[in-house]
Amino acid sequence: MAEHSETADQTASTGAALMRAIRSFALLKESPVGVVGVTIVLFWITMALLAPVLAPFDPLATLQPFAKPGTVYAKGGTFWLGTDHIGRDILSRIIWGSRTVLVYAPLATLCAYVVGIIMGLAAGYRLGWWDLVLSRISDIILSFPVLVLYIIIIATIGASGLNIIIAITFASAPGIMRIVRGLVLDLRNREYVAAAETRGETPMYIMLVEILPNARGPLIVDACLRLGYVIITIGVLGFLGLGLPPPDPDWGGMINETRQMALAFPHMTIYPCLAVSSLILGFNLLADGLREISLRD
Amino acid sequence: MAETPVPPLLEIENLCLSYFTRAGEIPAVKDFSLTLRAGESVGLVGESGCGKSTVAMGIMRYMGNNGGIVGGSIKFRGRDMATLDENEIRRLRGSQISMIYQEPMAALNPSLTIGQQLMEVPLAHDDVSKAEAFERSVQMLTDVRLPDAERVMGAYPHQISGGQQQRVVIAMALLSNPALLLLDEPTTALDVTVEAGIVQLIAELSRKYDTALLYISHNLGLMLEVCERIGVMYSGEVVEEGTIDSIFTWPKHPYTHGLFGCIPLPHCDKNARPLVAIPGQLPLPHERPPGCNFGPRCTFFKGGLCDAESIAIEPVTTDDDPRHRVRCVRWKEFDADEAVVAGESKPPVEVGEPVLEVDAMQKYYEVHDHSMAALISGKSIKYVKANESLNFTARRGETVAIVGESGCGKSTFAKVLMGLESATDGEVRLEGENIADLPVQSRSTEQLSNLQMVFQNPNDTLNPSHTIGAQIARVIRKFGVETDKAKARARVLALLDTVKLPRDFAKRRPRQLSGGQKQRIGIARAFAGAPSMVIADEPVSALDVSVAAAVTELLTDIQREHKTTLLFISHDLSVVRYLADRVVVMYLGQIMERGTTDQVFAPPYHPYTEALLSAVPIADPEIEKRQIVLEGNLPSALNPPKGCPFASRCHSSLGDICDQERPPVQFAADRHAIACHIPMEELAKVEPVIKIITERAADVPPPAE
Repeated sequence: MAEHSETADQTASTGAALMRAIRSFALLKESPVGVVGVTIVLFWITMALLAPVLAPFDPLATLQPFAKPGTVYAKGGTFWLGTDHIGRDILSRIIWGSRTVLVYAPLATLCAYVVGIIMGLAAGYRLGWWDLVLSRISDIILSFPVLVLYIIIIATIGASGLNIIIAITFASAPGIMRIVRGLVLDLRNREYVAAAETRGETPMYIMLVEILPNARGPLIVDACLRLGYVIITIGVLGFLGLGLPPPDPDWGGMINETRQMALAFPHMTIYPCLAVSSLILGFNLLADGLREISLRD
Repeated sequence: MAETPVPPLLEIENLCLSYFTRAGEIPAVKDFSLTLRAGESVGLVGESGCGKSTVAMGIMRYMGNNGGIVGGSIKFRGRDMATLDENEIRRLRGSQISMIYQEPMAALNPSLTIGQQLMEVPLAHDDVSKAEAFERSVQMLTDVRLPDAERVMGAYPHQISGGQQQRVVIAMALLSNPALLLLDEPTTALDVTVEAGIVQLIAELSRKYDTALLYISHNLGLMLEVCERIGVMYSGEVVEEGTIDSIFTWPKHPYTHGLFGCIPLPHCDKNARPLVAIPGQLPLPHERPPGCNFGPRCTFFKGGLCDAESIAIEPVTTDDDPRHRVRCVRWKEFDADEAVVAGESKPPVEVGEPVLEVDAMQKYYEVHDHSMAALISGKSIKYVKANESLNFTARRGETVAIVGESGCGKSTFAKVLMGLESATDGEVRLEGENIADLPVQSRSTEQLSNLQMVFQNPNDTLNPSHTIGAQIARVIRKFGVETDKAKARARVLALLDTVKLPRDFAKRRPRQLSGGQKQRIGIARAFAGAPSMVIADEPVSALDVSVAAAVTELLTDIQREHKTTLLFISHDLSVVRYLADRVVVMYLGQIMERGTTDQVFAPPYHPYTEALLSAVPIADPEIEKRQIVLEGNLPSALNPPKGCPFASRCHSSLGDICDQERPPVQFAADRHAIACHIPMEELAKVEPVIKIITERAADVPPPAE
């Protein structure tokens, strides 16, 4: 009997968790801005996932240079957005390029968050020397112009996917650390933290189990905003030639390669630009929507 | 009483106020009627969420975007408020009708000086010159008895104390000489001794200016002192109204009666006459039952009658108060003695060997002063003496209360006990082991589980991210009570039973619980490791009276069962008298008086104890109190008086000796110590502060029908 009710409880709680997830997603409906953001982001995620199916051509194949948008290719198919100076289909490159962005941007953001959260928790909860040292380190990093910092890092360690993640983590973690530290400074004075301390919990447990989950609200909103910002960064790095080495399709790289021909062949530059902007807009609107919802009730 | 031709100042008839939310219309106040004449003071009393503040907002027509009047009328000086336009309303607010809010710090703008904020009132309403406005403001500050009014005019709100801030707020409300003053919990945020002064001040000023007062509070004792008539509200309705006398002596509504059973009055006793809590909790506005709102919690409920239709308020004819009205269909049959079950008397707890011994404990905080003067004089380090030579003992099964106003060092003491701070000097022995400078990290599991704490703020005491069950189970596993997962689970359910909560609460998160329920979980958590001593830091001060009584009872029951020593930290002397076996009275980090509860609550008193006793409002008209109002503020702990800490505010100070020399500790009886210069014979001659004039009111039968 007890066994039975136990399993029933388990199913009920899984069901409840599922319901909660659906409901929290449905909550987004209350913010029209958020819905637009989610739609744009989902659109690009679909593009990235279904790139092999959706892309009409091989993004690396040189087919017909300088084709205008809508040109019909002799061997079949249409260049809906035209081709670039060495004859690669721009639509296919944008679709495949979304994979690059949507893999590296979240990964880099995640890494930055892991580092930033660890630093922020330690500084905000331990205070004293921890706080002093970690805060000064982040002050020093934040005092560099970000772009200069990226150029120095990438130029030193070389341009590769992993190095982009390292550079972004290095430059963003201090900002995240400050947010986390501020939240922790408030949360550490709660009575449930005192209760945990007085039953002899380790600082690690208190930081990760008692404090961190309660800081998640503002952090999720910030993560969405920051994701947009990281996409810009990846674009800028690509534009500066510090992004992924060619010939892999990369939105920033596409803009850079074709910018000198932008006046004569605007389609080569404009479409990648639109792709970058729309994805960033999507993430920013999503963040706005989340914030709007979290401020209610 | 002859009919007066003048219309009453405020006439509210069948007022209904609602808020409109996503969930639909929420009726906040229903069928509210009130007549108020100049100079009268009327109280509205009720628990949180009963709609008493909404009434005040409705009178001011300040209901926000989503609130409004849906029925009835508010007439101010014969004019219907609903017909006034925005401009007329604005002229009325602050000049004819003023309001005093609960939180003085939030009522004053921190970036403007007091003077600027005060002068704004005459400048806006009376069209006077700046000089004149300044003049009036200074005069009013003097009227609210703020010393050095000119200096206060130039000060910012944070530069003056909480009590002074509230005086400024009162001055601001009275500056335009309003006809009606609305007071929404005006003293709830203040210490009792400060409260006593403010209450007296408001009464004097209202007499002087003939202002009508509408007091809103949850504190029945305060109502008794300040009002002529009161209305008791429950869940959006007035359930009973009448003069102070008739409500306090012959309450006719079961809820009013229940409220009195929840308040620790002097005749209550945790063993012989325990408190009787009202079962259940306040219904949410959109979940009100049909018929009587109080029905589901009422012991006098009769199905088919009480839940049939909404109940009108009707006059009570059995006493000589023509204004006594009650909203209960069965009030004529209502017999207090029969309907309200008296609490079961319990045997007193046997007190065992000492569990906690505090010996000359000191806690100083260092404060670094970086000013030039300090550098030159070489006194760059100052000490805040949070605790100074504390001495007392708590025995097994005993309840020791530490009483004092904010800033007296009682919470610092709790921190030292818990190991969150370490003592500067002296010893604290728990079960014989000195833990005074043993930080919490170096304490053994046994020491930790032996000493646990119940916290003050119900919304803060549980982690919102985890389920109740997980939080209790963590304690059980941490203290090694049960290590097996299934057994720990069973133990969690058993603990939920102990604190009288349903077992499926284990799966809930804190936000799904009410304040009282959260506090019960806090108690369950503290007792999970079978502690020998529990510190309760104001565990019920944030709860409503009817809920607080239940939580208090629960705490004492569990304590009794486990023979746990309870260290009860509180500012509320009524609860302390009810709950404690021994009392320690603290002021500015030092013990002023300690002894058994009976000893402390009877002469000889320390003058501070005397003042505290006098300041606490008691909701019993049969009790007479001697008035002792303390002047001045708590001195800064950074710069305490040289002699007796209380000397600067003491009403029976001997002069120089008190200011200059530390008072000796005198013993009135064994373990009844008073730190005072006044000789014991003198102290013993003092009259008792609280006297019971006649027998308990409820025992006297009401006049025959």
